[in-house]
Amino acid sequence: MSSTPVDTAVDATARARDLLGVSRLTNSALTAWLHGLPGVDQVGCEARAAALGTRSIKTDSKKWAIDLAISMIDLTTLEGADTPGKVRGLCAKALTPDASDLTAPRPAAVCVYGDMVATARATLGTDSGVNIAAVATAFPSGRASMAVKLADTREAVAAGADEIDMVIDRGAFIAGDYLRVFDEIAEVKKACGSARLKVIMETGELVTYDNVRRASWLSMLAGGDFIKTSTGKVSPAATLPVTVIMLEAVRDWLDLTGEMVGVKPAGGIKTSKDAIKFLVAVNEVAGEAWLDNHWFRFGASSLLNDLLLQRQRMTLGYYSGADYITDDAPSLY
Amino acid sequence: MTKFEYAPAPESGAVVDLKPSYGLFINGQFVDGTGTSFKTISPATEEVLAEVAEASAADVDAAVKAARAAYTRVWSKLSGADRGKYLFRIARILQERAREFAVLETLDNGKPIKESRDVDVPIAAAHFFYHAGWADKLDYASLGPNPRPHGVVGQIIPWNFPMLMLAWKIAPALATGNTVVLKPAETTPLTALLFAEVCQQADLPPGVVNIVTGAGVTGQAIVDHHSIDKIAFTGSTGVGKAIARAIAGTPKKATLELGGKAANIIFDDAPIDQAVEGIINGIFFNQGHVCCAGSRLLVQESIADEVDRRLKRRLQTLRVGDPLDKNTDVGAINSRAQLDRITSLVAAGEAEGAERWDTGCPLPEKGFWFRPTVFTGVSQTHRIAQEEIFGPVVSVLTFRTPSEAVAKANNTPYGLSAGIWTEKGSRILWMADQMRAGVVWANTFNKFDPTSPFGGYKESGYGREGGRHGLAAYVTTGEGA
Repeated sequence: MSSTPVDTAVDATARARDLLGVSRLTNSALTAWLHGLPGVDQVGCEARAAALGTRSIKTDSKKWAIDLAISMIDLTTLEGADTPGKVRGLCAKALTPDASDLTAPRPAAVCVYGDMVATARATLGTDSGVNIAAVATAFPSGRASMAVKLADTREAVAAGADEIDMVIDRGAFIAGDYLRVFDEIAEVKKACGSARLKVIMETGELVTYDNVRRASWLSMLAGGDFIKTSTGKVSPAATLPVTVIMLEAVRDWLDLTGEMVGVKPAGGIKTSKDAIKFLVAVNEVAGEAWLDNHWFRFGASSLLNDLLLQRQRMTLGYYSGADYITDDAPSLY
Repeated sequence: MTKFEYAPAPESGAVVDLKPSYGLFINGQFVDGTGTSFKTISPATEEVLAEVAEASAADVDAAVKAARAAYTRVWSKLSGADRGKYLFRIARILQERAREFAVLETLDNGKPIKESRDVDVPIAAAHFFYHAGWADKLDYASLGPNPRPHGVVGQIIPWNFPMLMLAWKIAPALATGNTVVLKPAETTPLTALLFAEVCQQADLPPGVVNIVTGAGVTGQAIVDHHSIDKIAFTGSTGVGKAIARAIAGTPKKATLELGGKAANIIFDDAPIDQAVEGIINGIFFNQGHVCCAGSRLLVQESIADEVDRRLKRRLQTLRVGDPLDKNTDVGAINSRAQLDRITSLVAAGEAEGAERWDTGCPLPEKGFWFRPTVFTGVSQTHRIAQEEIFGPVVSVLTFRTPSEAVAKANNTPYGLSAGIWTEKGSRILWMADQMRAGVVWANTFNKFDPTSPFGGYKESGYGREGGRHGLAAYVTTGEGA
C-alpha cells in the first residue's frame, strides 16, 4: 500500500452538481451526462482487449508480475456454507501464502460476508498488512431496503472491515433511475466512514459496454473508491474487455477531477496467464500508477494458488505440483 | 525506468532454414538466373540474409514458356475440382508451415512478428482456402456465360505484404485455371521463394507457378513479353501508369492496385477509444507501409483537441524495435530508399508549416527506423496531405460538417480506401455512398478478408481482388474458345 488515498470525503451531491454544471442534481441531469459519454464500439473494444492479451510476458517481467498479482488479490470466500473454520483457513492462507517460500507476498485483503469479519479480524490481527473486505448492501442481489443496506454496511465496518464491497441496484440502473443508484452509493459511502468503498456494478447483468461505461462514471461520481465488475455469482463476470472499459473510465476520471479511483475485476480470473493479461491492460490503458494494490485488485479464490505454482516454477525451474501448494478452500462437493 | 518493463520475448529465427543463395523457380525447378544476382538484407539489422538471382529477359522468357506449356498441356485440362485440390493442399501446407513463413517474412521485410504471425500468413492461407472452394463453381459465380481463363498471367507484387500479396495474386489465378509468372519485390523475395518450395511439396504440376526475382527490369520483361495474357500489378501509381502505357494497344488485360491517401474520418459522436485504436491501426500497422493506410486523419473540429491528446497518449505505449520480439508493435522501415523518402516528405511537412510531433522513443542503432509521427495543422495543399508517404506518419486535418468531410476526403487523386467513425448508422451509410474510394470501413480500419473485394478508384487503380469480383479479373466470358 504505497500510495495514500485521496480524500474523497466531500459531499458527493455537491461535487456532482459542480461537475455536471447544474444547480440541482436530478435524474434527467444525470441521464444527460451519462448518455453524453462517448459510445463503446463492441467489436473494437474486444479487439483491443484481445490485442493486449497477446503481449508475451517472460522471465524477470513475469516474476515481477506474479508477485504484483499476488499482492493485488482480495482472497475471497462468499458461500452460504462459509463457517468460522473456513474463514480462519482463508486468513491463515493470506498470512502465509506459500509455507515453503516465505518470500511470497501476502494478498491485499480477504473478502468475506459481513458476519465473518470478526472471525477474520481475530485471525489476521491488526498489523498483518492484510485488509478485511466485507461484502454488504444485501450482496449479491442488492434487493433490500435502503435501511437494511446501510445497517449491513455499518455492522461490517463496526466489526472491523477495512473495505466494503457494495452492490448497485441493477434494476434501478437498467430502468434509468440513475439518481437512485447515485444516492445509494453516496449514502453507503457515508456509512463506510474511513473504510474504502468498492462499488460492484455486476457488469454481467448490465450486458452492454455502453452500460458498463455509464455505471463506471456514475459510481465514481457518487464517491466510490473502487469500481468492481462482479459479485462472482453472475456469468459472465470479469472479462478483459469490460475491465478495459473500466480502466479507460478511471483514467479519464483522473483527467477530469485529478482523483484516482481503483479497479477490481472479480470472478472468473483463475490462471496466472489471465492475471498477467489484466496487468498488461492496467499498464497500457490506465497507466503504471495503477500497478499497485491500492489501485487495482483481483477478486479471486483459486487464482492465488495458480500464481504460487508459477512462482515456485520460476524459483525451482520445474513444476512442483498442486500438492506442494496448500489449499485452504477446497470444494465442498 | 518504467515499472512494468516487458522482458525481450523474441521469436526464434531457428525455424527458418536460410540458404546462402537462391535461384529462380521455373518449370518446377530452381535454376540459376542469368542476370546479376543481388543481396536481400534484414532491414532491422542491415545483415545480408541471402544472395538472390536476377531474372534477365531470357529467364523471364523461359518462365513464360514454362507457364504456357503448363497451361496448354496440363492446367487448362484439369477439372475445377482437381485445381481446387491443389489449392486446398497449398493452403494446408501454408498453415502447417505458418511459423516458418511468419519468421521469414519478418526477417526479410522488417514487420513485427505479431503481424506476420497474426495477419499476413493466416490471411494468405485463407485466400488459398477461399479460392480453392471457387475452383469448381465458377459457372455459378455470376461471372457471365462460359467463364474461362486468360492463359498466362504476369504478376508483380510489392514489398509491404510480400506473402499476402502473393496469395492475393496466385490463388485466384490458379483457381480460375490460369498459370502464373510472379515477380516478388527485390527487397522481399524470400517468402515467395519459400512458397516455391511449397508448390513442389504440393506436387503442383511444373510450370503452373513460376517465380522470377529481380527489380524493375525484370518486371518490365514480364510486362513486355508477347505471350503474357494478363498483368496483375500491385505497387506505386507511377509504375502502374507505366504498365498501362506499355500494354496499351495490345490484347493484354490488366488489373492495377496502386497507391492511396485514405481519409480516416472521425465524427464528434465516434466511439472515441476505439476510434483512437482505429487511427493507430490505420496508419501505424505495418509501419504505415500500406496502400490503404489511413494516412489523412480528418477530425471534426469540435473534438480535435481531445483526439489529439488521446492519440498522442496512446502512441507512447507503442513499442518500436526488434521485429522478432513478440511485443513489438512497430518494426523496421523496409529499405534505406523508403526511409529516405519518408524523411524527405516529413521535412517537407515541417517546411510547409505543419506541426510535427513524434513519440521520442529510442530507436535501434542499426537498421532503418522511423518514429511514429503525427502532423497537426495540416492543410489540403500540403504535400503531406497529398502525397503517399508510405510510412508511420499521420497528417491530421479538421472538418466542420459532414459535407466538408466528404469534400476533403475525396479531394485527392487517389481513391483506395476510407474510414468512417460515428455511432450514427445513417451517417455511415450516407458517407459510404459519398466516398470515392474502393473500400470503406465503418468503425474499423484495415480489415481484410478473402471474401471481400479490394481495389481502388481513380489513381488507385482498377480491378478488384478477393470475393467474387476478384475472380472476374481472371476470366473471360461469352462466346469463343
